[in-house]
Amino acid sequence: MNGFRPVKIGMTVAIFGLLVSLVSLALPGFEQSAVYAAEPAADAAPSFLYEPAPKLTAADYPTVAGVNSRVVVWVFAQLHLWFAAFVLAVPIFVFIIEVIGMRTRDKRYDDMAYEFIKVSITAYSLTAILGGGLVFSLILFYPHLFTYLSTIFSESMFYYALLFFAESAVLYIYYYGWHWLQGGFKKWVHLTLGLVLNAVGTTLMLLANAWLTFMMSPAGVDAAGVFSGDEWAAVHNFLWNPINLHRFVANIAYGGSIVGAYAAFKFLTAGTRQERAHYDWMGYNANFIAICALLPLPFAGYYLAAEIYAYSQQMGITLMGGIFAWLFIIQAVLIGTLFLSANYYLWCGMGRSDGAKRYTKYIKYIAIVLVGAFLVWFTPHTLVLTNEELKALGGPHHKILGPLGIMPAKNTAVNVMIIFTALSFMFYRRSNKVAVVSWEKAGNAIQVALFSAGLLNIIFLGVYHGYFTNTVYKVAASIPQVLTTLVIIVASITLDSFIYRGAQEVGPLRWGRIPERAQYALFLLAVAFTWLMGLMGYIRSGIRQHWHVVDIMRDASSEAFTPTLGYAANVVSVAAIIFMALVIFIFWIAQVSSAKTLPAGYWKE
Amino acid sequence: MKIPRLLQAVLVLAGVYFGFIIVFDVILGAVIPASLLAMYMFFTTAGVFMVFTYDEDQTRELVAPIKALVEDPSKRLWRNIVFAIVPLAAGGFTYVQMQPSFEAPLELRTIHPAPPSTAKIYGKRVNLLKLENPLRKIEKEDPEKFRELVNQGAAVYIQNCQYCHGDKLDGNGLYAAGLNPTPLNFQDVGTIAQLQESYLFWRISTGGPGLPKEAAPWISSMPVWQNFLKEDEIWKVILYLYDYTGHRPRSWEHE
Repeated sequence: MNGFRPVKIGMTVAIFGLLVSLVSLALPGFEQSAVYAAEPAADAAPSFLYEPAPKLTAADYPTVAGVNSRVVVWVFAQLHLWFAAFVLAVPIFVFIIEVIGMRTRDKRYDDMAYEFIKVSITAYSLTAILGGGLVFSLILFYPHLFTYLSTIFSESMFYYALLFFAESAVLYIYYYGWHWLQGGFKKWVHLTLGLVLNAVGTTLMLLANAWLTFMMSPAGVDAAGVFSGDEWAAVHNFLWNPINLHRFVANIAYGGSIVGAYAAFKFLTAGTRQERAHYDWMGYNANFIAICALLPLPFAGYYLAAEIYAYSQQMGITLMGGIFAWLFIIQAVLIGTLFLSANYYLWCGMGRSDGAKRYTKYIKYIAIVLVGAFLVWFTPHTLVLTNEELKALGGPHHKILGPLGIMPAKNTAVNVMIIFTALSFMFYRRSNKVAVVSWEKAGNAIQVALFSAGLLNIIFLGVYHGYFTNTVYKVAASIPQVLTTLVIIVASITLDSFIYRGAQEVGPLRWGRIPERAQYALFLLAVAFTWLMGLMGYIRSGIRQHWHVVDIMRDASSEAFTPTLGYAANVVSVAAIIFMALVIFIFWIAQVSSAKTLPAGYWKE
Repeated sequence: MKIPRLLQAVLVLAGVYFGFIIVFDVILGAVIPASLLAMYMFFTTAGVFMVFTYDEDQTRELVAPIKALVEDPSKRLWRNIVFAIVPLAAGGFTYVQMQPSFEAPLELRTIHPAPPSTAKIYGKRVNLLKLENPLRKIEKEDPEKFRELVNQGAAVYIQNCQYCHGDKLDGNGLYAAGLNPTPLNFQDVGTIAQLQESYLFWRISTGGPGLPKEAAPWISSMPVWQNFLKEDEIWKVILYLYDYTGHRPRSWEHE
């Protein structure tokens, strides 16, 4: 019952937050009074229903002495998002692992799925607490913005609240009923609950995404911000689906990395060989989930960025060519770090098998390609030059390195990194197997041909379309590159499964035989993901610049300016440290919940 | 003789470091910036570390000399030498880094300031998101007339722009050396090739003073050309910029 108390507190805070927000709509102070009334409606017809977006002044923002309102909202929103991403992702792969367990009838999968959901249950209450904090701070510091948004999204906010109750109810039955709903029909009921949990959780995310994308690409309102009354139009705005896709995939990768860190934590603190073996296996699976979701993530991100450009050139340039471009270099470094640490973990994991020696000789070549692609991936377009270098080059553009700074080179690099990460994974899978099919050599030759042709195609597309065609083809070239990568990965893994059908095992996999260094790679994965999400989240929000709702509702607060990169990075870093501290707390509390003390002589016999 | 693994790692890193310098600074004649080389070497070091430590035995072999240096009583002399050199080297490095210099501080220049959605140009409020080059359609309709317009644009460019942006449009005009930041190189794939024509129109018309308030302060010395040129002259110059460089303006539609 240890996990129940924080859950209750979280629920109470969240419900209270929701009530406050609903009540606030009815309070005179929050009514669309002076600031709204001052603006005549642009369109006479709907004006009796909806007012235009208010034109605010700095005096319309309540202040609390010594408190920076933007930072408070920023940190609450960021912490809430990290936890929300985690608690939405975990049930997705817990569901999949439960299915695998049911199909294979291997109880280890069921136990692992239960342990994953156990970790997320405390995080769930923290998500609610932080969500409550976010609502409080929004109402407190940005009352007019909150009122305007809740006028437009009143229905979806109401359903959000209802779904939140549904999510809680299903989650508790799913978690607390895990051992009760076992075997036969009961297991199917449990699995169905998992499906419902995911459906509700994903719907919650989609609703929240609609509110924030409305602020970026408003729809369902006219130029003055007068709401047309069609909430679906406001929900289904231009950037809604790109964000939905990106967040859905990213959440899975993120959830995988956090439970991977949990497994690493448990591995490092394990007292017995069995425990080490168990948590090594758990860490491997978590890393596998993170990698599976990480591979398509750059494409989802690319789609989002392309849609932002398509929606507004101004926003697109602010994003990638203007003030935020340098954060993209940090993003590139962190994404590269994710790939490197995920690969390193796989290479270290090859030590579990006695047959791995056949493949470890290729690791150095994979590393050379990965690092080479990584260097291209983070080379900035505008270089930081000393005056001497500037003179030596004759200008700020480097004729060799400059072209590496634009998208065609980046796309090529990231596709190569993805393919070689998949190759590392294939070698890992093969390390403990010996193929018995007669056509093994032919199969391997086909795979080599597939990889070679695919890589040549990706590099050709990158170089030709990147440098010898105009921008529209530069953008379009990324699609065949992505398709090539997908074909290579899907075809080679499918072929591999045929080559290794009925394969002999070299020996039992020695779970637990992995260097402790590898566990730090799992930590690095989680930390890099967290920091990355914080920085990119700031960029996504920051490209609105001085607008609450782009081109419709101006931010007139004293904090409307775009902060310096260093300041923004500091805020995100401090938030990331707070998050990490809370995550360590969650890991600890998960451990405490299974610890028992026998107080001799305390209780009456 | 087998080279010790620690030495192997050091040799690999030294090879990569000097490889970059030889290839870029010597062979290609295009200096590799120190800031970028530092980033490259940091991640190359990470990659080397990964390759040398994924296996337990190899890791032991890698760290054996370091371990021996610290723990082996027979290596006392070497230990003392290393323990004296390392802090001295760290101190020397810090001293060099902290030494005051006359070099101007580095700047992270924003190459493409984000355009506003609308701008006041030639006394009109122009929507930059929808603005198109009115002369672009002539390219298909009447190629001969289009060629004539490009030539007119070339004349405007030569009379007004080439002093800074260069007669080859490579940002290397007569005055370029006196400007910091240097004028943009339109031949580069990262400048006009990435932009819509409306963006160029906005930048040329409003110049340095018309740069957006966000990300200020700017240090552009670009004149406000709407004070000196006619509207159609600017559109013609834009035609010339793309024609001469062979780039196509950014658009979202396939032609």
